[in-house]
Amino acid sequence: MSVTARVVTHIGDFGIDAQIEARPGETVALLGPNGAGKSTVLKAIAGLVPIEDGCIRIDSTPVDEPASGTFIPPEHRRVGMVFQDYLLFPHMTVQQNIAFGRKSLKMPAGKFNDDDTWVHALDLTDLLDRKPEQISGGQAQRVALARALATNPRALLLDEPLAALDAATKQSVRGELRHFLQRFEHGSLLVTHDPLDALVLADRIVVLEDGRVTQVGPTAEVASQPRTDYLAALLGVTLHRGVAADGVIACESGGTLIASTSVTGDVITVIRPQAISLHTHKPEGSARNVWQTTVTTVEAHHDQMRVTLTGPPQLTAAVTPAAVAELGIAPGQQLWARLKATDITVHPA
Amino acid sequence: MTTAQRSVGKASAKAPAIVMVFALIAVAFLFIPLIGLLLETPWAQLPALLTSTTATEALRLSIVTSLLAAAVATILGVPLAWVLARKEFTGQRFVRAIVLLPLVLPPVVGGVTLLTAFGRRGLVGQYLYDWFGIQLPFSTAGVVMAEAFVAMPFLVITVEGALRNIDTRYEQVARTLGASPRTVLFRVTLPMISASLVAGIVLAWARALGEFGATITFAGNFPGVTQTLPLAVYSTLEVSRDEAIALSLVLLAVSLTVLVSLRGRFLGSRT
Repeated sequence: MSVTARVVTHIGDFGIDAQIEARPGETVALLGPNGAGKSTVLKAIAGLVPIEDGCIRIDSTPVDEPASGTFIPPEHRRVGMVFQDYLLFPHMTVQQNIAFGRKSLKMPAGKFNDDDTWVHALDLTDLLDRKPEQISGGQAQRVALARALATNPRALLLDEPLAALDAATKQSVRGELRHFLQRFEHGSLLVTHDPLDALVLADRIVVLEDGRVTQVGPTAEVASQPRTDYLAALLGVTLHRGVAADGVIACESGGTLIASTSVTGDVITVIRPQAISLHTHKPEGSARNVWQTTVTTVEAHHDQMRVTLTGPPQLTAAVTPAAVAELGIAPGQQLWARLKATDITVHPA
Repeated sequence: MTTAQRSVGKASAKAPAIVMVFALIAVAFLFIPLIGLLLETPWAQLPALLTSTTATEALRLSIVTSLLAAAVATILGVPLAWVLARKEFTGQRFVRAIVLLPLVLPPVVGGVTLLTAFGRRGLVGQYLYDWFGIQLPFSTAGVVMAEAFVAMPFLVITVEGALRNIDTRYEQVARTLGASPRTVLFRVTLPMISASLVAGIVLAWARALGEFGATITFAGNFPGVTQTLPLAVYSTLEVSRDEAIALSLVLLAVSLTVLVSLRGRFLGSRT
């Protein structure tokens, strides 16, 4: 099911007015700096914080609408939520944690068997009798997800789901989570301050700054065409989906990239515009990716010029204004682009 | 932490002589009476003394009333602790002061206030008597009331502290999982503070067991009806010193047991 929300509230002097929507099967990232009001929006949708104005709907049913006096308490919203540090009940086993929601809702708790696809899909069978203190962070994340899903929620809310993990675990859990979210039939909302989480996990990105939405769009579009200074500094990267084999990535949109990676299969590549250098003649050197391309647009961003290049693959380069003047870069011009294999970040998708 | 701070309280700290002297006097002051009690205990007659009618009746009454008082303190005190910890309301400071008052109020004054409220001509007591024929003072129920009055603050402050310390987001997660506020209380909140809850109940019970001033003032000192162990100690002291000592020994043993069972929480050792 879908979630549609316009959340109007305030915390002290800080006002929030944000519109957000997640359609069935879609994962939407709510990306923004700390203190932008992201978690408050999520809590409002879960019913943990009442809104002052606006409306929150699950499908077409309002669950919080001050104008009509509607407020469905969280226990009746059937919205699954995963908190940043997972908050598994410490006095219960993993199995009891997962069963908690069903018991509360008087659903048949039963035993975990083959019906419990999530217990299997999330690979929790061996953990069921353990206490939360006996499992790792990555496992706790999966248990929290299974617990939220056990009640067949109509939407899923994830508050910084990877922030509590160490860097090594984060990479693999992010891949698992993406795999899972792709198969989840209802709308998912993901709050994060880490652009990588948003890039890898989300279909669309909603950018929240100072309690206001500053940009909304498909992930690749928001990533490559940031419209605010915060986002440009944070992102401004180019994303390509593709298939990797032996370090060669065949991009979905055409063209190939050579990366130093051992990942195979479906991938997402992230390329920083600063990593691409532009030349009027074919450059010498050891860079693995060298190709001839045409400039489509040139625009100023901060103290850098962003140059978009026709593909394949389509990329954005960031160069200094001096370089633009020196190379005479203008739309329509033919140039050579160069990119090192080590400057392409590859994430399993 | 600075070096100066770290050395405080460590075994290696060099104590000034005067500190050591007074510390030793303090220990002696607390310890010598215990030795005195043990030395004067008529060990040979102990079984006989403890099976006398006075002793067995006082012991039975003490156990029954202190357990009931602990139950009353728990049933009323946990909700009160929850409200104090989780709600904001006008007059909250006043309510907290009222809750803590029995901790500092001389118990005998507590007994007088109970008499003025629940005595036969008291604020509430006159109606209880006129309408229902209920007479609380000088009854076993009056003993339970007096004990609960004095013991409840121990439970309330212990549980309130624990409620303030747990991460309320656990309760929020439970709500999103479909748990009503009531289910959250019984299946998440109370289990998470179970250690503090048990400590609060034991403290309240121990306080109820030792209650003297409020009980004798409000409920009197009638053997078999309101004469609990501490009252029996006081009464028998004039008649039979040996019996008073034997009964004191029982109370001392109970107190020590409570202290040992709670040592992790109140003796500062690691929990």
